[in-house]
Amino acid sequence: MSFTATKFSHSLLAVPVNSSSPRSNDKPLSFSSDLFKHNPSSSFLGSTQKLLRFNAINKPFLHRRSSSPSAVLLQQTSNLLITKEEGLVLYEDMVLGRSFEDKCAEMYYRGKMFGFVHLYNGQEAVSTGFIKYLRQEDCIVSTYRDHVHALSKGVPSRAVMSELFGKATGCCRGQGGSMHMFSKEHNVLGGFAFIGEGIPVATGAAFSMKYKREVLNQADSDNVTLAFFGDGTCNNGQFFECLNMAALWKLPIVFVVENNLWAIGMSHIRATSDPQIWKKGPAFGMPGVHVDGMDVLKVREVAKEAIDRARRGEGPTLVECETYRFRGHSLADPDELRNPAEKEHYAGRDPITALKKYLFENKLATEQELKTIDKKIDEILEDAVEFAEKSPQPPRSQLLENVFADPKGFGIGPDGRYRCEDPKFTEGTAHV
Amino acid sequence: MLGVIRNKSIRHTLSNFRQFSSSAKQMTVRDALNSALDEEMSADPKVFLMGEEVGEYQGAYKISKGLLEKYGPERVRDTPITEAGFTGIGVGAAYYGLKPVVEFMTFNFSMQAIDHIINSAAKSNYMSAGQISVPIVFRGPNGAAAGVGAQHSHCYAAWYGSCPGLKVLAPYSSEDARGLLKAAIRDPDPVVFLENELLYGESFPVSAEVLDSSFCLPIGKAKIEREGKDVTITAFSKMVGFALKAAEILEKEGISAEVINLRSIRPLDRSTINTSVRKTNRLVTVEEGFPQHGVGAEICTSVIEESFGYLDAPVERIAGADVPMPYAANLERLAVPQVEDIVRAAKRACHRSVPLAAAA
Repeated sequence: MSFTATKFSHSLLAVPVNSSSPRSNDKPLSFSSDLFKHNPSSSFLGSTQKLLRFNAINKPFLHRRSSSPSAVLLQQTSNLLITKEEGLVLYEDMVLGRSFEDKCAEMYYRGKMFGFVHLYNGQEAVSTGFIKYLRQEDCIVSTYRDHVHALSKGVPSRAVMSELFGKATGCCRGQGGSMHMFSKEHNVLGGFAFIGEGIPVATGAAFSMKYKREVLNQADSDNVTLAFFGDGTCNNGQFFECLNMAALWKLPIVFVVENNLWAIGMSHIRATSDPQIWKKGPAFGMPGVHVDGMDVLKVREVAKEAIDRARRGEGPTLVECETYRFRGHSLADPDELRNPAEKEHYAGRDPITALKKYLFENKLATEQELKTIDKKIDEILEDAVEFAEKSPQPPRSQLLENVFADPKGFGIGPDGRYRCEDPKFTEGTAHV
Repeated sequence: MLGVIRNKSIRHTLSNFRQFSSSAKQMTVRDALNSALDEEMSADPKVFLMGEEVGEYQGAYKISKGLLEKYGPERVRDTPITEAGFTGIGVGAAYYGLKPVVEFMTFNFSMQAIDHIINSAAKSNYMSAGQISVPIVFRGPNGAAAGVGAQHSHCYAAWYGSCPGLKVLAPYSSEDARGLLKAAIRDPDPVVFLENELLYGESFPVSAEVLDSSFCLPIGKAKIEREGKDVTITAFSKMVGFALKAAEILEKEGISAEVINLRSIRPLDRSTINTSVRKTNRLVTVEEGFPQHGVGAEICTSVIEESFGYLDAPVERIAGADVPMPYAANLERLAVPQVEDIVRAAKRACHRSVPLAAAA
């Protein structure tokens, strides 16, 4: 499997390093070629222990990043992938994601939440690893398993929880629901229920970023889009159509596959002729990378490369994150088909536990600091639930709102004027 | 079908002759659409055209002729044959602030992309509670052409017309084509713009007002093409032409027909239709698509709900035959409403005795 990193590095070697990028002196090439030299037979880097050893080679690479004084003081931390602040941010985000999803399950079984709820437990490393590296202006597009993506991107827990409760204070005023999280402010372009539906939309957002730069001459339009989707989606036609067009037009997008091996009850191996999804990237002319999606640090390293690549205008990347969902497909799924041994194996690779271990071993955080974060998250969630419970349900008049941006789409009333001009048009029954 | 071509050529020569004496300019629907696209693209750099063969081929039906040279390949994008993909890309670009015009070679191909038209375009403003609006236009020829078979002749007016969150327009004349396309491109919501292949080559007189670059028609208002007092005939797209011809025939028999060009399928201009029926007391709806759950069904129900007391006769509904479009020319003629069918229906509504079935 070493050639996974090689494939990525080959395309990097072929690409001239852009001198305007702040990382131009960071030798990303040496990162990958060192990997090739010293770990020719290893798969994706193995455990965090190996990560530490391997990173000892890359001192010049890392010095740039360790900007906080506490990191520079200790000889050890200058070899690490993250600073203390970054580590705590990652930890907090993953704990927020996990606790939020657990809270959702609790609320669902109490009857406060309803409909389809798809939880993200176990996959937090992918969301945190990628999204925490983005700017606010970058976009993400997700699937129905989108609560944690929205949270990582910055949508407040209160807004997401209210949306799940179906209240008017939700991020979509209760009109979207669990599967349709949208936020214009944080550039979360949805939550889509159909698998594969978000991929062309993400490709379109990337297209518009490139269009703004090249046609509308907005030189600062270098935002990147991330499209998150699962292993089942990689057999869908829209996925291939978009890989083709994104590579053809060199769009600033990263396709992130959250390969959790299961599409409801259909195992990825049973559904796919060639289960190695990263291979589908080079077939379309873009690098395909496989990364251990249970390790947030590895995901973050790959994310940095892919996102910076896209930002520089070098085109798309396909990143396959091997990950696992600890719960069933949704809260209605009895989850009987998965082997308990498999579940145990991945439970042992819990990303939060792994990050905790890394932070302790490298003396980046103390137990007390992490407990403080845990407590803080608990309080945030309690507050979010309370806020959601106390929030009002949407008023009846909201039923007909927001169908159109220009509401003349409701047509002409019996008095010959546009219905939307009648002040009573959204009240009363739905007889419009 | 042959009859239509003959009519067009006769009209063309007549209009050539007439041009010396009248100031009304003649414009084909094709030129009307082309000029509307041209003007909107030059007015707003965020508007771009995307579809199969729109660039170097100058448009599958030459609607986008000349636009590639004028605006470049960035703004007139030839796409691979991937409707689902490029429609979704258009929707994503619209989410993020651009104004795409997505062309389907025919609306039959839009079925490969209908997920994006309905689920990510039409419903997004609602699902995001107004945060994300989708200023996109989906356009292309709709309905039956000549001898193209079942898979290329489906009319989608009723399909898209039933979906909340979409605006569905069906122009007839060049004035409609220009005004409605400009309004659609400027509209902040997803618009499905159903053209008709057989109308592309037809010429209509256009006034100076129509040729002005800020000319727009309001979305949701129907036009009364011909005033009358005995029976209301509603139609859209190509059927308006047939209805007008039927009205002339009926005039000779003493029936004064009022012809309404719907222009907008969603929102349907129920107000105009009902006002007209309350005047004439009789209704005939004409459409080319399949009868069940069609546009005519909706109009009839709307009239029955709102103007029942005014009706002097049962509502008449003319639609295409309830079969996939046959290929043979004579069968195709039977599967689509003809002028005689409209005349017969209008006479039935006016309680004249008429033979029920058409002669093959």
